Amino acid sequence: MTETERQQRLDREELVAETAGPAPVSTELPPDDPVHAGEETRSQWRDVWRQFRSHTGAMVALVLFIGVILFVTIGPYIWTADPAYVDILARNTGFTAEHPLGTDQLGRDMLARLMVGGRVSIAVGLTAMILAITLGSLIGVLSGYFRRLDAPLMRLTELFLALPLLPLLLLMVTLFREPLSQAFGPAMGIFLLIVSAIGATSWMQSARIVRGDVLGLKEREFILAAKSIGTPAPRMILRHILPNVLSPIMVAATLGIATAIITESALSFLGLGFPPDFPTWGRLLYDAVDQMQMYPTRVILPGLLISLTVLCVNYIGDGLRDAMDPRIRGR
Amino acid sequence: MLTFVIRRLLLAIPTLLFISLVIFLLLELSPGDPLGDVPLTVPPEVKERMREALGLGRPWPVRYVLWLKQFFYVEPLYWIDGIFRTDFSQGMQRIISFQSRSPVFDVIAQRVPQTLTVVGMSYLIGVMIAIPIGIISAYKQYSWFDQLGTFVSMVGFSMPTFFTGVVLIIIFGVKLQWFPSIYDTTHQVTDWDSFLVQVRQMVMPVTVLALYNAAQISRFMRASMLDNLGQDYVRTARAKGLGERTVVMKHVLRNSLIPVVTVIALGLPAVFGGAIITEQVFKVNGLGQLLISAIHANDIPMVLTLTFIFAILIVIFTLIADILYGILDPRIRYD
Repeated sequence: MTETERQQRLDREELVAETAGPAPVSTELPPDDPVHAGEETRSQWRDVWRQFRSHTGAMVALVLFIGVILFVTIGPYIWTADPAYVDILARNTGFTAEHPLGTDQLGRDMLARLMVGGRVSIAVGLTAMILAITLGSLIGVLSGYFRRLDAPLMRLTELFLALPLLPLLLLMVTLFREPLSQAFGPAMGIFLLIVSAIGATSWMQSARIVRGDVLGLKEREFILAAKSIGTPAPRMILRHILPNVLSPIMVAATLGIATAIITESALSFLGLGFPPDFPTWGRLLYDAVDQMQMYPTRVILPGLLISLTVLCVNYIGDGLRDAMDPRIRGR
Repeated sequence: MLTFVIRRLLLAIPTLLFISLVIFLLLELSPGDPLGDVPLTVPPEVKERMREALGLGRPWPVRYVLWLKQFFYVEPLYWIDGIFRTDFSQGMQRIISFQSRSPVFDVIAQRVPQTLTVVGMSYLIGVMIAIPIGIISAYKQYSWFDQLGTFVSMVGFSMPTFFTGVVLIIIFGVKLQWFPSIYDTTHQVTDWDSFLVQVRQMVMPVTVLALYNAAQISRFMRASMLDNLGQDYVRTARAKGLGERTVVMKHVLRNSLIPVVTVIALGLPAVFGGAIITEQVFKVNGLGQLLISAIHANDIPMVLTLTFIFAILIVIFTLIADILYGILDPRIRYD
C-alpha cells in the first residue's frame, strides 16, 4: 500500500466516521494481503464483484435466484411427473409422497406444473427486459444528447406513455393471437407476442430516466472538457455518457425484469396470457383463485414463487447498483 | 418558461389526436363484434338495422370524426347546459355506451368517486410512507434500518398486487373475518358507524396499493438520495460547518426530490386509471373495472372514451412533471 493510498484511506475513514454516524459494515473489510499488494491488479470488474460480495442481501438473492433457475431448468429432469397428465381420481390431494405439493382440480401434479410454469415466466421476463432496456437506453441517450432529436423522441415516448398499456396489451393479445399461433405454433406464437408486447410497452420509463440523467450530465464540466478537445459524438456517448448512466440503466433493467414477470402474470391473471394447458405461474394462480377458500396453498405457491423470483432479481439489481457506483464503492 | 408551457400545450393537441386515432384504429381492427351476443334467431336485415342504430354502418373516418365532435363539442356544451341551465346542446347526440345505452360520461361520473377514494388514498399514503423511508435508508446506508427498509420495500415491490390482495383476503377476510373481502360501493357514509364500515372495507385494498406504491417510490427516493450524498456540494456544505440536519434536509433532500417528484407526477394518472387488477381482486367497481368489463363486452365507445381520458391525464401530468423539473432544477433549460 503506497503512502497516498494510506492517506486516502485515512481521509475516507475520517469522513465516514464524521458524517455517517456509526461506521458502515463495509469499512470493516480485511486489509489487502501485504504479500500480494504489489502485484495485485485492480480491474474495475473485480472491484465491482468485491463490493457486490459485501452486499449480503444481494449475495443471498443471487444464490436463491440460481436455485430458482435450477428448479425450473434441471427440476423437470429430476421430478419426471408429466405436468399435463390428468389423474382425475387423485384430484385436490394435499401434500403426499406421490404428489409433494398436491394436485389441482384435475389431478395434475402441482410440483411439475410449477417447474414448467416457471420456465415460461422467467424466459418471458428476461427476454422482454432485454428488449425494453435496449430500446429504452438507446432512445434515452439519443434524446438526451442530441438536442435536435430530443423533441421528436420525447414526443414518441410521451405517445407511448400516454397509451393506456393494459387495454393496448389486451388488444394486441386478442388481435395477433391467431395469426402468430398459426405462424409459430401456439406456444412460441404467444411467447413472441407477449414478449414483444411487454417490451414495446415498457421501455419508456427507462428512456425518460436515462434522458434525465444525460441532460444533467451534459451540464457537467468533464463533458465540456471532453467537448473542448474535440471528442466526436459517438465516442463521447460511449466513453463519457454511457458509463455514467450505467447505474440507472442497471436499476431500470432489474426493475424491467421484475415488471415483465409481473406483467405476464397479470395478463395471465386476467385470463389473457398463455393458453390454459400451457401453465405459467400467473396462470396457475389465476386458476386457483376460484377455490382459494378451500385450497389456499394452490394460490400461495405460484404467488410465492413469482414474488421470490422478482425479489431476488430486485436484490441483485440493488447490489449491482451499489457495486457499480464508483462514488459509493469503497465507502 | 411560459413559452415552453404554451408550446407544449399546443404540441399536446396533435399528440392527443394521434393517440385517439391509434386507439380508434386498434379497436376498429379488433375481431370482437358488439352484436355478438344478439341471438342467432334475429334475422340479418334486423341485425343490419341494429348495427346502423348503433352508428356502425358508416365508414370509419366518418365515425372517427363524429366521435371527435361528440367528445370535444357536444359533451362540453352539455356540461355548460348543466351548469348555466342553458340549452345549447338541445337535440345533439352524446356518446352512448353500447352496453347500458346511457351516456358514457354519466357512467364514468358514477365510477370516478370509487376509484378516487380507494386508489387516490392509497397513493397519498404510499407517498407519505415512502419519502421518509427513502431518506433514512440512504443516509444510513447499510444500517439495520436500511437493510430492513430495503427488505420491506423490496418485498412490497416484488409481490404482485393480485397476490398480496388474495393473501390478505385469505388471512383477514376468510380466516380472521376482520375485514370484508368485497368492497361495497353502494354503502353511504351518513354517520360515525357507517364511516367506520367504510374505513373497514377500504383497509385491505388501500393497504395493498399503498404498500406497492410506497415500495416503488422509496426505491427511487433512496437511489436519488444516494446519488446526491456523494456529490461535491455536500462536502462543501459540511466544510462550511453547516449542521448535519441542514445538510441533509435542506441541501440533499431538495436536490434528491427532483427526480422523485417526476416519478410521483408520472404515476398519478395510474391513480385515475385505477389499479385495474386491485379493483378486480376486491371487486371495487371503479374506472378500471369499468374498462375491463367494457373491453369484454366490445363496448367500443366506452373503451375509446375511457382510454382517451386516461391519455389526456397522462399528457397533462407529463407536462406538469416537466414544468416541475424545470422549476426545481435550474440546470435544466428548456429553450
